[in-house]
Amino acid sequence: MTATLPARLLGGAPLGPRPAGVDVEAVVGAAGLVGRGGGGFPTARKLAAVRGRRRPVLIANACDGEPLSVKDATLLAHAPHLALEGIVLAARSVGAREAYLCLQAGSPALPAVRDALLRHDLGGVTVRLTPVPDRYVASEESALVQLLSGGPALPTSRPPRPAERGVHGAPTLVLNAETLANVAVAVHCGPELYRSVGDPAEPGTLLVTVAGAVPAPGVVELPTGTPAGTALAAAGVAPAGIGAVLTGGYGGAWLPGEAVWNAPLSYAGMRAAGGVLGPGILGVLPRHACGLAETAAVARYLAGQSAGQCGPCMFGLPDIAGALEAAVAGGRHAPAALAAVRRWTATLPGRGACRHPDGAARLVASALLVFAADLSAHVSGRPCAGFYGPRYLEVPR
Amino acid sequence: MRIEVDRIACRGDGLCAGLLPEAVTLDDWGFPIVGPLPPGSEKAARRAVAACPALALRLEASR
Repeated sequence: MTATLPARLLGGAPLGPRPAGVDVEAVVGAAGLVGRGGGGFPTARKLAAVRGRRRPVLIANACDGEPLSVKDATLLAHAPHLALEGIVLAARSVGAREAYLCLQAGSPALPAVRDALLRHDLGGVTVRLTPVPDRYVASEESALVQLLSGGPALPTSRPPRPAERGVHGAPTLVLNAETLANVAVAVHCGPELYRSVGDPAEPGTLLVTVAGAVPAPGVVELPTGTPAGTALAAAGVAPAGIGAVLTGGYGGAWLPGEAVWNAPLSYAGMRAAGGVLGPGILGVLPRHACGLAETAAVARYLAGQSAGQCGPCMFGLPDIAGALEAAVAGGRHAPAALAAVRRWTATLPGRGACRHPDGAARLVASALLVFAADLSAHVSGRPCAGFYGPRYLEVPR
Repeated sequence: MRIEVDRIACRGDGLCAGLLPEAVTLDDWGFPIVGPLPPGSEKAARRAVAACPALALRLEASR
């Protein structure tokens, strides 16, 4: 199947010589490239935010911070030269001489990246490999900035934004590794050819991690706008076998099986379907699974991953996890617990230094909607059969 | 104008909700939930910002 698709990133084709005299920001803007880290922000505008500032630095984020995602590691293992070329092009276009390539500590892509670093023409840019602790909030951009400035990998308050004052005070551009690989593709093939693939509003290809109860989990590369069912089918999933799909990862949202198959894999497409593209994650539950118990397990994990810096997150996430567990288990206190979950998830968004509480609240709120029928049975003490069965989404210990 | 909270600096002392109830309420853990500033409340808002023991509040121009 991949042979018929434009596997621009994972295809492994070498790049030709670096085109000279290219205005990278203009090319990336004309190509319509939007970030692949989960935010979907136009990449040209991020370049413009640091260009012309004094001694900027670049951070390439290849951490796969969402636990279900393996797309950055897969990209770096298969095509490290694309990420490195994107780093060189982006860094030089904004006047940065220094770049940090941030990977999860112990990343399986490390040997391939080390090898590529020796072979690739870095064009005078110093690229430093930086291991990042395996913690949910560690790869958030202000956390990377603080880590690279000699501090802990924890988010910081804004302002200042990294583009104004980042690593050791230098203006800092933070781009996802897949975004940078796309910068390389756009510059080397030109914006017209780049735009010829995918959804015209968010062109190019997209790396999608399919995880959970699937025969062949892993990463597929598809044109943006492709129905999610194509990615699921590539992982060996049949439409009839899907109960629900977690879209966008642990900070994402559930979609019922019926809604996900035709949902376009783009930021706007997934949003319109009620899901989240995030960093391109589809976590599949089979029909007999209990989405509420899965959500409670993820909510408990996310509570443990709070940096413990902001009150609403530090206290809110554990209380939400506990109340969700109580509601799902049923019993005398379940109705009150459910009411508390609803109240707390509604008041949490926008009240942390980073978006960790927002993502956790969104996930839990979406579970209450998507699994509403199961939920009333659980609360009244008649949990679904799946509650007693296995869990399908891997939650790190 | 609007009130911005430095969420890391905020300790949940809660003075802001007492001084500016028209724009600030507290959640179940004592941390502020900030709404829009009603017209005419700017003086009270400045007082709340100045009173915060954690220096976690600031006034910003509306977006």
